[in-house]
Amino acid sequence: MTSDGWPLWEVFVRSRRGLSHTHAGSLHAPDAEMALRNARDLYTRRSEGVSIWVVPSTEITASSPDEKDPFFEPAADKPYRHPTFYDIPEGVKHL
Amino acid sequence: MTAVTADTAGTTGVPGVSDAAVAAEQAAHEAVFDAAVAAEERIEPRDWMPEAYRASLVRQIAQHAHSEIIGMQPEANWITRAPSLRRKAILMAKVQDEAGHGLYLYSAAETLGTSRDELLDKLHSGRQKYSSIFNYPTLTWADVGAIGWLVDGAAITNQVPICRCSYGPYARAMVRVCKEESFHQRQGFEALLALSQGTEAQHAMAQDAVDRWWWPSLMMFGPPDDESTHTAQAMAWKIKRHTNDELRQRFVDIAVPQAEALGLTLPDPDLRWNEERGHYDFGAIDWTEFWDVLKGNGPCNDQRLSKRRQAHEDGAWVREAAAAHAEKHKHTGKHGEAQA
Amino acid sequence: MSSTPDTHEAATSTGAALALGDDALILSHRLGEWAGSAPVLEEEVALANIALDLLGQARVLLSLVGDEDELAYLREERSFRNVQLVEQPNGDFAHTIARQLYFSTYQHLLYGQLASGDGPFAGLAAKAVKEVAYHRDHAEHWTLRLGDGTTESHERMQRACDALWRYTGELFQPVEGLDVDHAAMESAWLASMTDILGRATLTVPSGPRTGAWAAGAGRQGLHTEPFGRMIAEMQHLHRSHPGATW
Repeated sequence: MTSDGWPLWEVFVRSRRGLSHTHAGSLHAPDAEMALRNARDLYTRRSEGVSIWVVPSTEITASSPDEKDPFFEPAADKPYRHPTFYDIPEGVKHL
Repeated sequence: MTAVTADTAGTTGVPGVSDAAVAAEQAAHEAVFDAAVAAEERIEPRDWMPEAYRASLVRQIAQHAHSEIIGMQPEANWITRAPSLRRKAILMAKVQDEAGHGLYLYSAAETLGTSRDELLDKLHSGRQKYSSIFNYPTLTWADVGAIGWLVDGAAITNQVPICRCSYGPYARAMVRVCKEESFHQRQGFEALLALSQGTEAQHAMAQDAVDRWWWPSLMMFGPPDDESTHTAQAMAWKIKRHTNDELRQRFVDIAVPQAEALGLTLPDPDLRWNEERGHYDFGAIDWTEFWDVLKGNGPCNDQRLSKRRQAHEDGAWVREAAAAHAEKHKHTGKHGEAQA
Repeated sequence: MSSTPDTHEAATSTGAALALGDDALILSHRLGEWAGSAPVLEEEVALANIALDLLGQARVLLSLVGDEDELAYLREERSFRNVQLVEQPNGDFAHTIARQLYFSTYQHLLYGQLASGDGPFAGLAAKAVKEVAYHRDHAEHWTLRLGDGTTESHERMQRACDALWRYTGELFQPVEGLDVDHAAMESAWLASMTDILGRATLTVPSGPRTGAWAAGAGRQGLHTEPFGRMIAEMQHLHRSHPGATW
């Protein structure tokens, strides 16, 4: 997907130190350096970020909704992966 | 592998599969889609969706995006004449936001498989519309205030429910837009208040602007419910949450006390509180004017569109240059300078 | 003019604040004229950011001298102290970028020096130098893309660099009250231009860098013809309502 030969980029912003980058949106830019600058101007003009990643949209490989069940359902019946699965006698600490 | 955007997953026919099987698959997809919408889940770009839903979203998001960028013009008209440096900074930031909002919305439309180029092309050739409100001129500085108060006020009334739209990328774009726009209406109100409480000439300027912008603002909610062609389906799909008339009433109810606080009158002799309904009654809207402006006969239709086209054409060589530069340097990535 | 060293210092730093404040005010205004006409939406946002940074700088600087609005809206053309470069009309995008490149490189050097000193502008320069570093970076990136883009963009960018070259000498005329090494700034500026224009496959212009008019230029209140129209537009509403608040 291009705009006059300018590809689409996905923008990820770290809102403050200690947090992960999260998807903020997308934009068009001719190259990575300009994409980064456009992202700074567009997605952090209200001090929303301290670090930015830009990725060409075409470089993202996504799971397909058709594969949703084989991908994600098998994880649903394994509650023993969560700490709340286990009964611990009252009064036991640091566990 | 496909990109997350612009994907129309799952609609291609597979050779050797019977029509009946295709129809059954289609029905199964529709059932999943309908259930997701009914359960208030969000539809995401790669999900199967009815083609009519996709087309309807593209139409609405594009119109919304076009309105943001055409809407820059009437206000940009006053940037160079803003009467104080404080107002100038506010106005520049607001017009800048509108460019940003157009950008967020074009991005949302792109997730449906339509490029920004295609959408701009349709805008420039008149095949897609933008909000008719921007076909009215900004004749005085007070119009900047009136646009902020009334036009942005109406837009916000329209947009807040879209934050819960069934299509994820549109809903997320609207959350960002609404958050950023919260200052737009306030600055308009504040600018009008300063005029209303200012000199006699300033007060008159404010009243004149409100007189001119009130009715077109009410028209922004679109035709009455019984004449709106898209409303029923859009509500069923949860693209739209309230009817045009419901939103219009909500806006009038909010605006009347604000006008009183401004010390300005609204140009409608029939405007009065209806105890029984719990709402303000208001006079008849001149829908002839609405349809006429929509068809292209507004005071600024030609001007707005030709300015937009001109900017796009004037910028073509710049966009081409950057693309050519990227192509030349795609293997090196940089320009020969040492990169830390 | 003044009798005591203190008032003399105040007067000279007032003159310097006006010079720097007017530079920022006028360039911001010119960039504001782009609103709605930028080559691409992303650039609308970028140009507005730069304009808003400059307007912010102008307001701080003018407020050091007096009331910001009185100074912006009620002075006559001959009282503005900005360099002629910043008042030059936008032209095409190449002209705007060349103007940005020349000016922001100068401003970056200037604020860098002011920020490292202990003069009256050190505080505001420390903040502004970061903003200006970004303006310079923006101009550099566009210069590289336009210069080394298509044949058309190369020609346009070269034309723009050539046309604005004659306004760059004024940037390094000493300004009373600015305790900076103008000669060092000028050589650093020239080195920077040689580097950037070279990488952009452009030729460093060879023409004169100042006009032939002995009376001076913008810092002496002598401006180019388009400037009068620009401030007429800027000031007319404010002046039409004397004493009004907005």
